[in-house]
Amino acid sequence: MSNRAQRDETPRRSGNSRRLMLALLPLVGFGVIGWFLYQGLSLKPREIPSVLIDRPVPTFDLPALPGRPPGLASTDLKGEVSLVNVFASWCVTCRVEHPILMRLKQEGIVPIHGLNYKDESEAALGWLKRFGDPYDRVGADKRGRVGIDWGVYGVPESFIVDAEGRIVCKQIGAISEKGLEERLLPAIRAARAGEPVSC
Amino acid sequence: MLRICLLLLSAGLFSVAVLAQTTGPDRPLDDPAAERRAIALHKQLRCLVCQNQSIAESNADLARDLRQLVRERIAAGDSDDAVFAFLVARYGDWVLLKPPFNAATSFLWLGPVALLVLGAIGVVVWYRRLGARPLSVAPLSADEQARLETLIEEDDADEGRNT
Repeated sequence: MSNRAQRDETPRRSGNSRRLMLALLPLVGFGVIGWFLYQGLSLKPREIPSVLIDRPVPTFDLPALPGRPPGLASTDLKGEVSLVNVFASWCVTCRVEHPILMRLKQEGIVPIHGLNYKDESEAALGWLKRFGDPYDRVGADKRGRVGIDWGVYGVPESFIVDAEGRIVCKQIGAISEKGLEERLLPAIRAARAGEPVSC
Repeated sequence: MLRICLLLLSAGLFSVAVLAQTTGPDRPLDDPAAERRAIALHKQLRCLVCQNQSIAESNADLARDLRQLVRERIAAGDSDDAVFAFLVARYGDWVLLKPPFNAATSFLWLGPVALLVLGAIGVVVWYRRLGARPLSVAPLSADEQARLETLIEEDDADEGRNT
């Protein structure tokens, strides 16, 4: 009996630390996977980042809404930093960001141009009359082809264009107060200062 | 009478439905070979609104616009690659349902194969180790051998009684 006890003891010492490591493995695995999943909570996979960042705006020339000149063309977007806002009268979410656009216009923070996307002109004019018109220029993109050139896949979307006519920032979805403070206004300031824009 | 009413009603509904769409229904190309090519391309392009569908399947307005756009590019003489390049230039690689193979996507493409190979190697190594490891049972002493034989005899005797 005592013989067997002595024989069994020797392998156990090196096996102990090995068993400890194996026992900790699920915990470590949990930690690693948990960290990745936690990061995943803040991802937005449905948002498609723009491939037009730092590229010149696509060439286009859109007519104005009837009775509301001027229209919007790519040549108009050179010379100053501006915000191009894709909107439509049928777009409900556009109403959510609209007060922010009106405030930007009233405080003269940045010139705003509208891209009226796949809309009936009469409906668009009625919408602007009813809710307010924050735009300098509005281009009527009835077929949505100019929108496709800008990589638009939903409404509303907004782009910040620098003085050289390059797209430097894209906002997917309605502009929020937080998005304005944290992303768009700093981008506008950087673009105006000629500094690289992080967006 | 009822049939005329139904006919007028469906005609009315149909015209309303057509008017309601600012894009209009799909307009297939006249050349059937070109249209077949267009449909083949549609199936390889992602609808960016309903992102798990191709533009061939999706009902979204943008999908319809992109279908027409593909038809126009084909009619203008673009090759398949040129059509894809046109859309990728605007929407990025995500518009292609099949991700291209480049440095960024190499993990995506090679990952499963690499895991399979690593797993297979792991299994082979583990099985080899299993065979090579000697059984760590020390031989029995004389006392233990005698005890073992007694126990086996008793066990056999038990079995004989039970049957």
